[in-house]
Amino acid sequence: MVRDNSYDAVMGRKDEIITNATKINYGDYETGKLSFDYERMMKDTGFSLQDIIRIQRNVGVGNTPLLELRNLTKLVRKISPKGKGARIFVKDEQCNPSGSFKDRRASMSAYIAKKLGYKGVVAATSGNYGAAVASQAAIRNLDCIIVQECYDSRKVGQPEILEKQRKCECLGAEVVQLTVGPELFYEFLKALEETNFLNASLYSPYGIAGVESLGYEIAMQCRDMIGKEPEVVMVTNAGGGNLTGTARGLIKAGAVDTKVYGASVDLSGLHMASDIDFNRKAFTTGHTGFGVPYLTDPDHSDVPRSAARALRYMDQYQLVKQGEVFFITEALAELEGMERGPAGNTSLTAAFALAREMDEDQIIVVQETEYTGAGKHPLAQLSFARQNGIEVKFGNPEEEVPGKNIILPEHPSMIKSRHFDMDKLKETKSNVEFVEGVLKELGVTVK
Amino acid sequence: MSFDAKKGDWVQIHKIVLKPEERTAKIPEETKKVPLEMWVKGYLKEDANIGDTVEIVTVAKRTVKGELVEVNPVYTYSFGEEFVPELVKVGEMVKNIVRGDDN
Repeated sequence: MVRDNSYDAVMGRKDEIITNATKINYGDYETGKLSFDYERMMKDTGFSLQDIIRIQRNVGVGNTPLLELRNLTKLVRKISPKGKGARIFVKDEQCNPSGSFKDRRASMSAYIAKKLGYKGVVAATSGNYGAAVASQAAIRNLDCIIVQECYDSRKVGQPEILEKQRKCECLGAEVVQLTVGPELFYEFLKALEETNFLNASLYSPYGIAGVESLGYEIAMQCRDMIGKEPEVVMVTNAGGGNLTGTARGLIKAGAVDTKVYGASVDLSGLHMASDIDFNRKAFTTGHTGFGVPYLTDPDHSDVPRSAARALRYMDQYQLVKQGEVFFITEALAELEGMERGPAGNTSLTAAFALAREMDEDQIIVVQETEYTGAGKHPLAQLSFARQNGIEVKFGNPEEEVPGKNIILPEHPSMIKSRHFDMDKLKETKSNVEFVEGVLKELGVTVK
Repeated sequence: MSFDAKKGDWVQIHKIVLKPEERTAKIPEETKKVPLEMWVKGYLKEDANIGDTVEIVTVAKRTVKGELVEVNPVYTYSFGEEFVPELVKVGEMVKNIVRGDDN
């Protein structure tokens, strides 16, 4: 029988394809028209935190060093009032096999794929997750397909995404590269249906459970190294999985007083599905274009119910500017001797700003680093920005306009905390839009 | 007759997945005006020239059809086509402050 592979036909088979490719019957967790049992869904992964740690250690994932950034802390104290300037630590997640914390998520998907007898895995991602899935698939002798949004209509690729493509291919994966647009999901579904591979979704309960080890390690390492838990853990926020998993891990370690803050690069005004805006942003993840919509509406991912639910765990949300992150990335290299980034340095930038407001005896942990290199480095990104008509200059970061300019702070004291109004975020969805959405779902018309 | 690419060569193909008129409604106008395009790499199934419609077998063993665009495709991105001297200045600035030379 020849399958109808038209757009409408494939999208019409979406639920069936996803169920076959996840072996999770999401319907089981729906408890009413609107509610679903999140905790039961997470519990049904069947893995304890100790199981997860054992699985990850077996494939070289986790147990990454926690490093104190003494010179960056010194810089903070030089530009802060006396007595201010928290100690900054960073979890060097670059030490995972593929160079980012995403290995924690991918390790669980690849483990499940092997256990359930799948021959391969498919993931839709333009980020480090692709490399992580490719790496974990290689370790477990699975085939791997990564579906990537990569080019604009001129076939100009964001250099960071081009690097991810190379890395995935060099780790043995097939990479399907697409131009801008949410219809990427159509190619993703076709690949799943054609291969019968597992959907290694970033948002599956397994993937999120895999990040819990990160929060757990932070609590244990802080107790061991400093003799106390950190006051704040700063997490770069995009789809919400990083923050959700880390926060759950901290709770499981008993670090219930530690605050979990999210941080994103402010890309307000740029449309994520725009062919023009696509190459006018210097960050491909960890920005508000993902962070804000996923916070208020997590269930628009590649699974019916996302296990990444950051709004449940986030104490505060910090916004940083593109130019500030490049500044701090360079400072990390030249003051600490560590070339890392770019996305991991979003939380480092927010931590730098926040540390200025915190006391000297307080601890702030930046929860990830990621590998860098050609395409990902600030040299590549800022050069690319200039080529795309973006002005790059020194100035006041407050004047940065995404898509128009990137402003490197004239002095580090210009890097200041910007607290996003969480109440507004919750209100937008939980009150007006949420109720409207619910009424629409129930077929109720309001005049 | 010689071909640009021989059977078994490692190549990249291109394909239009959706024409502009087939794109979904919920995207910005500028995206709606252009097709959704795709590029994939794999082993060429038969001898062919650049621009020909061909079939490839990918490393995940899928057969995909499209227009042949490149043989032995290379990675061309880099650390930037122009240097960004501002980054040198950032390094100098933060080191001066930390080492106490900024006065």
